Amino acid sequence: MKKLTVTVGLLVGLLAGRGYAQTQQATTSYEPKKLKIEEINFVSSYYNQDGNRSAVTGGIGTEKLMDVANSLDIRLSFTDRHKRLHTFNADGTIDYYTSASSDNIEPRTISSASRSDTHIYSTLAWSMKDEVTRSTVGISGYYSTEYDYKSRGITLSYAQASADNNREVSLKAGAFFDTWSVILPAELRPVTYGSGAEHDFAPIAYKPRNSYNAALSVSQVINKRLQMLFTVEPSYQEGLLSTPYHRVYFTDGSERVEKLPGNRMKLPIGMRASYFLGDKTIIRFFYRFYADNWGMTAHTASLELPIKITSFVSISPFYRFNTQTAVRYFAPYAKNKATSAYYSSDYDISGFDSHFVGSGVRLAPPGGVLGIRQWNAVELRYGHYYRTTTMVSNIVSMLIKVK
Amino acid sequence: MNTKKLILAGGLIAVGMSACTTVKEYQKNRINDSEMELAGRKSEKFETNFYLYREGAAGANGGKSGGGCGCN
Repeated sequence: MKKLTVTVGLLVGLLAGRGYAQTQQATTSYEPKKLKIEEINFVSSYYNQDGNRSAVTGGIGTEKLMDVANSLDIRLSFTDRHKRLHTFNADGTIDYYTSASSDNIEPRTISSASRSDTHIYSTLAWSMKDEVTRSTVGISGYYSTEYDYKSRGITLSYAQASADNNREVSLKAGAFFDTWSVILPAELRPVTYGSGAEHDFAPIAYKPRNSYNAALSVSQVINKRLQMLFTVEPSYQEGLLSTPYHRVYFTDGSERVEKLPGNRMKLPIGMRASYFLGDKTIIRFFYRFYADNWGMTAHTASLELPIKITSFVSISPFYRFNTQTAVRYFAPYAKNKATSAYYSSDYDISGFDSHFVGSGVRLAPPGGVLGIRQWNAVELRYGHYYRTTTMVSNIVSMLIKVK
Repeated sequence: MNTKKLILAGGLIAVGMSACTTVKEYQKNRINDSEMELAGRKSEKFETNFYLYREGAAGANGGKSGGGCGCN
């Protein structure tokens, strides 16, 4: 036991000394450094869901969906002659999905173009950290495309660290400019209105949806084992906020497409905490309060417990709970009133509780995964999601990190 | 959220901050552990996306808070 204590003490001392030495090096070595690859991350996931409350069919019908997504991000950096660290991040994602409910936009065909789609999106980001002023500025651009939806966005950020590096205040502001191709359910299209399918040249409408958000975050190291982060991120959306192919059935038997107000103000307030318990367990906690001007309030909490089995293997069981109230425009199938100004039967904005439970495994051997030095880590995660609207889903993700 | 709750939350944060101790860089071996990061994991990326699509609440979690319809 004494030997073990001495060994652990020496290791901690060595690690602490190493950290100190690295810090000293970081703050005294100001030589310009050439552009180099810091990190490459490849994330792949498989997601499936099932349920019986699809908004495409007015709050009834299949929600079956399958999604395969792959993402690659590369981070590069260099230090300029003014001792500032420049970091570039390029992220590209391809998302392929098949959706049984989307197939019901055009129920007369056996399998319409809407049955499957590919969603491609990418982000390019640059940031510059000045060690002297302890400030970081950044800008990023975002582009996303899928069959009926395009999005472009820009985000600006500024962060200021305290002199002891134990606190950081950051500000972020973003704007997204989206365009919908307004595809309507087959039976609700005006005679001259197109279906939106590739072979159909009849015109359809295009509508904008713009989102603006700002985030203020404060992170603080509380002591040697605990750090916390508080975030307030108000956002405002305007434009076509309903989904044009969501059907709504009314109490009088009539049918229309979903209609929601043209603006939405959201206010989420979040808190994260990470606590190192003993030598092997970490507690990761997240809580968020959310409210918007459509009448929804929500509480989300998650807890993850990474346990270090060895110095390079850890397992991370997690549980996440979310509860939300319905927006005031929601009513189930055939329960909306035809006299209402706004109406929806989309269960994503209904009142429900959801539970997400699963676990992750992380391997980060010192000599690299499978002896490949640059292959820094591999992570596998599985989660099962249950929503009280009867929707269930499963997701498996894998991360490969190269350094 | 009413004013009392806001004051209570603000008070708790203030008390929490006042309990902070100065931690030197060489004392941060636990704080700097990759699992201690105050952000979602990279491997959670697509989980964060599906929450955005399947739930009404969004934001303040480090994930995407705009762009894309999530309508499938």
